[in-house]
Amino acid sequence: MSDLFFARSQMGMSLAFHIVFAVIGMAMPLLMVISEGRFLRTKEPIFLELSKRWAAGTAILFAVGAVSGTVLSFELGLLWPGFMRYAGGIIGMPFSLEGFAFFTEAIFLGIYLYAWNRVSPVLHWFAGIVVAASGILSAVFVVLANAWMNAPAGFDIVNGHPVNIRPIAAMLNPAALHETIHMVLAAYAATAFLVAGIHAFFLLRDPQSVFHRASCSVALIVACVSIPLQILSGDFAAREVAKLEPPKLAAMEAHYQTGSGVPLLIGGIPDTATGKVHYAIEIPFGLSLLVGDNPATKVVGLEDFPRDQWPNVGLVHWSFDIMVGAGFAMLAVAAWTICTWWRTRRLPDNKWLLRALVCCAPLGFIAVETGWFVTELGRQPWIIYGLMRTSAAVTPMPGLVVPFATFTSVYLLLAVIVIFLLRRQFMETHPRRIKRTALKESATTSATEKPNS
Amino acid sequence: MLVALMVYALTGGADYGGGMWDLLAAGDRASRQREAIAEAIAPVWEANHVWLVLVIVLLFTAFPPGFSVIMIALHIPITAMLLGIVLRGSAFVFRKYDSTQDVVQRRWSTVFGVASFFTPFFQGLTLGALTTGDIRVAGDRVTTGFFAGWLTPFALTCGLFALALFAFLAATYLTVDTQKQPDLQNDFRRRAIWAQATLVPLAVIVFITSKYGAPLMYHGLTNWWAPIMLLWTGLSAMTATAAIWLRRFRLARIAAVIEVTLVLLGWGLAQFPHLVAPDVTIQNSAAPESTLRILLVALGVGAVVLLPSLVYLFQVFKGQEQR
Repeated sequence: MSDLFFARSQMGMSLAFHIVFAVIGMAMPLLMVISEGRFLRTKEPIFLELSKRWAAGTAILFAVGAVSGTVLSFELGLLWPGFMRYAGGIIGMPFSLEGFAFFTEAIFLGIYLYAWNRVSPVLHWFAGIVVAASGILSAVFVVLANAWMNAPAGFDIVNGHPVNIRPIAAMLNPAALHETIHMVLAAYAATAFLVAGIHAFFLLRDPQSVFHRASCSVALIVACVSIPLQILSGDFAAREVAKLEPPKLAAMEAHYQTGSGVPLLIGGIPDTATGKVHYAIEIPFGLSLLVGDNPATKVVGLEDFPRDQWPNVGLVHWSFDIMVGAGFAMLAVAAWTICTWWRTRRLPDNKWLLRALVCCAPLGFIAVETGWFVTELGRQPWIIYGLMRTSAAVTPMPGLVVPFATFTSVYLLLAVIVIFLLRRQFMETHPRRIKRTALKESATTSATEKPNS
Repeated sequence: MLVALMVYALTGGADYGGGMWDLLAAGDRASRQREAIAEAIAPVWEANHVWLVLVIVLLFTAFPPGFSVIMIALHIPITAMLLGIVLRGSAFVFRKYDSTQDVVQRRWSTVFGVASFFTPFFQGLTLGALTTGDIRVAGDRVTTGFFAGWLTPFALTCGLFALALFAFLAATYLTVDTQKQPDLQNDFRRRAIWAQATLVPLAVIVFITSKYGAPLMYHGLTNWWAPIMLLWTGLSAMTATAAIWLRRFRLARIAAVIEVTLVLLGWGLAQFPHLVAPDVTIQNSAAPESTLRILLVALGVGAVVLLPSLVYLFQVFKGQEQR
């Protein structure tokens, strides 16, 4: 186990941890704003209550996202000083802008969370909109930096050094468009399905709950709009990857031999030594169709690249398939939801649909994580595609296993605590529980609950 | 070059802000049992925290090689500081949002308090280490290993100094925030005076150790402008102390802010033009000009958006208490 391995593990772990909170911190404000907007229009207090509850949960998640994001900004330098020395001047731009966007987000989140009674309702709602918008912006800027690593642009290389740097061109690199769209939609879809699933779970237990019905409906609107768009954007992203990073696409599809009329392989066990994939489901001409809309399209396979420039095919392929599988499962449930709504004009009462929604709750986040694996592991061994190897960027610091172990255990602990706290929050919204805690709390502290009618 | 200089002034400015605001959160340790502190901090800590992020991203955008050197040479103290930040931030929200009052919650408080000590100490230590001149760089490589600089007496005193400084500032702020509760206000008044009392000898020690521990800084501090700086810093420190003593808390707050700003400004001037003394300077580690120019524009635009929002934030939450 080398220090490079631990550096990669620590970075990967930190990103995988942060992305969950970042995604929720970005999408939850949209849900809160929709709900509060409904309240402003209909004056139904249930939607206000809902916004407040969501806001309380978001505050916890946002804070963890903020600190883990701070850690990441340091880790870029702590673990990859070689990369930052080379690329800091080129892609520092989006990071700085992200800093500003995040700043705006933090300021208005402060207002949103703590000023329910201090500013007018419309102004408060507006603060929520600013939070949601700057959340998108921060995500876009960070993903722009990542897109640059996949498709470096905006500079010339003279004697191995980047010169003639054009930061704007670097930001608007060829991978920028598809990566940002795919990430933003992913955040909405994943969070919306998670929220819908959680409230569906409570609806199953207590079908009369107006609160959970309202919550579920708001989340489902976002879920049903974002998932079909996300599938389309995924198709667009795959085509772009085929153009920009053929080895990544080849690894995603476990595609070894260059050729035309290539089948699409689902699952299977890629055998890198022989270049064969065992036990996969084969869709004839599938990959050629996907890449070029034509069964005869030629798709470059891994064999065209030097062996030491291959990513880990098994990991990338399986991550990709899991992501796609999760995406289509969510699409199916979204279609089912829309059909039900179309027929009955009422929110899901159907037990089986609610159960399906519960099952979908974690899928979005599984897709987010595996999708991130695809883009990061699929780029290896490069940290900047085609220019700098990850091994050349790592810090000379020895003993990296220590910070890796420390941060991993701290993050694990945080994850456990967050789940514990959120569970407490959710339990409080459950009517039976409310009665019980209300009894308890009336004697001791201020009870903020209002029993749901 | 001029651009680089301006960027330095701006990053520096953010830096000072970062230092000043971080303390706001560091201060709650002074009396963590009290709800008053949590209430004063809760709405603004996220925004305050972002200053630090901003400093880092500006540092690596404007001075990539300098950033890389700092991160290699000071890996250990910076990692320690990061752990402090993670624990502090999360412990604070956990405590805030956990609705049940029980043992668990008291434990958050402990974590929060300890981490609040930890973090500024390592921040001061890191800044001090940059000044020592012990971190040497040849070409692209750090030649002095991973322990240079930050284990010197000078850096350690800087850590302690930062602690005392933040403690003083936070206590001073809280005297204003707790205006409606005279008993609390008294507590913080006493704390502020104590913090100031430790601060002064520490400042002297920093100065003395700098002669051996950070010759460049010592040299800087004995420059022509130094007596003027010292005079003003001393003056504002005295004003702050006197104002607290006389219960002119609003005035004390202003004087304390000036004091801290001057201390950081003095550090910045003594350090100038070095980023990591003595090998890495602003000039030799600046990013290409095209980047700096756009960064400057971005900073300008950012400031236009951010400053009014920030003022608004503080108005919403701090304004009513003052009336």
